Order: sequence, then structure tokens, then C-alpha cells
Amino acid sequence: MQPIVTYSLALSAMLFAIGALAVLARRNPLVMFMGIELMLNAANLTFVAYARELGQVEGQAAVLIFLAVAAAEVAVGLAIIVAVYRHRRDVDADAASGMKG
Amino acid sequence: MSAVEIIVFAAAALLALAGAVGMASARNPVHSALFLIANLVAVALIYLLLLAPVLAALQVLVYAGAIMVLFIFVIFFFVQPSQKHETVYSLPAQSALAGIVILSLVCLLIGGLFLGGAFAPPQTLSAPPAVDTTSPQALGVVLFTKFLLPFELVSVLLLAAILGAVALARSPRKGGEG
Repeated sequence: MQPIVTYSLALSAMLFAIGALAVLARRNPLVMFMGIELMLNAANLTFVAYARELGQVEGQAAVLIFLAVAAAEVAVGLAIIVAVYRHRRDVDADAASGMKG
Repeated sequence: MSAVEIIVFAAAALLALAGAVGMASARNPVHSALFLIANLVAVALIYLLLLAPVLAALQVLVYAGAIMVLFIFVIFFFVQPSQKHETVYSLPAQSALAGIVILSLVCLLIGGLFLGGAFAPPQTLSAPPAVDTTSPQALGVVLFTKFLLPFELVSVLLLAAILGAVALARSPRKGGEG
């Protein structure tokens, strides 16, 4: 494997873990959501790295699709966060646990 | 990998990691968003090194541009400047638990790379790529032939997302069904 691809994969693993940490350890829904974006971004980096390793553009085309999916996800996720804020006037993820069954 | 490549990659990787750590640890969500923008720009730089200039441009335009602007809009709508940013956890020792989980995740991923032979030196020189991966033309051809169905599905998904976002974020009408 080309060295730059290996380093990119390692960096992607670390970014994914930090994103997961933000989701697990933070209580602000906005920061948790940014952690999800970071994890998505790390996965994209993996795709681009393998596209470079294999010399194919299919990985890059997949990342283009994921960019659009991420945009749709952000739009809906932020709308949900806005709706919860409106309803509760609160900024804590645990405050929304009243929706538990 | 030439020396210039190594230097640029190291700088971009450090910036990306610093941005990610800053995002996860900043108290104020606005600072988190700014750190995340730094991270996204650094990853765009790495895309350039990985011979994907189209994606680097789109990363800056779509992620660091559109998506983060949306985030900052929402933050400015709902987070008061004087607001205290406290962290009260529902689980005891939640940060420590999360740290353990994340540490094992990193070990798993990097260990998987190592066992998979990613760190071994390349045995053979990889063959020159069949297509020029840097050209937007090659990317467009693949997008509109092999990825045509996902491409069309994405348009439906975006439409659904627009409708869903409008329906969710609309302020409930008084007396109406909301």
C-alpha cells in the first residue's frame, strides 16, 4: 500500500474515534451532531484513500453521493433539534429522554 | 512520497486532529463549529494530496460552506451568549466510560490496519491507474453511468429532506394541527 494511503487510513480511524467520543461524551445535541458529521467525514476520507490506492474514481463518485446524503441528514437533524429546542427551551440531550417508551 | 508531500500531509493531519479534538472538547458550541470547519478544510487538503481535487473543492463548498453555515445559524438562534455551558452526565463516570470505548475503538481500527498489512512496505510497484483519477471528466462519467441510480435516488432523498425539514421546523399553528 502506498504510504500516504496508509497514513490517511490511520488518520481516518483517529478522526472517526474522536467523532464517536464527541457523540458519547457530550450532552449538547449540536455538538453530538457535529461528532456525527466528523465520523461521516472520516469514512469519506477512507473512500478517497482507497480510490487513490486502487487508481479508480468509483470511490470518489461514492463520496459525492455521501456528501449529498450528509447534507440531507444535516437538514433533517437540525430541524429535529430546532423542534426540540422550541418545545423544551433546553439544550440537553438527556432532557429529551422523556420520549423514551 | 516526496518530502513536500510528507510535510504537507503532516501539517494537514495535525490540523485535522487538532480541529477534531477542539470540536469534541470546546465548551461553547460556536467554538466547536469553528474547530470543525478547520478540521474539514484540513481534510480537503488531504483530498488534494490523494489526487481528488474535485472532492477537495466540494468538501470546502458543501461541508465547510453550506453545512457549517446551517449549523452556525441554528447555534445563533438558540444559544444565548450569556448561557452557561455545563456538562451534567446522566451516567456516572460517563466521560471515562466513553474514553475507554473510544480508546479500544482506535486500537481496533489501527490494529486491523496493521494486521491487514497496510503498514507493510509495498511489494510491487502499483500499476499506473487506468483512468486519470484527478480529472473531473472521469468522475463525471462514472457518476452518470455506474452511479446513475444512486445519483437519481439522492435527488429524491434531498426532496424528502427539504419537505421533512420544513414540516419539522415550522412553528406550530395555534389551534391548527401544527
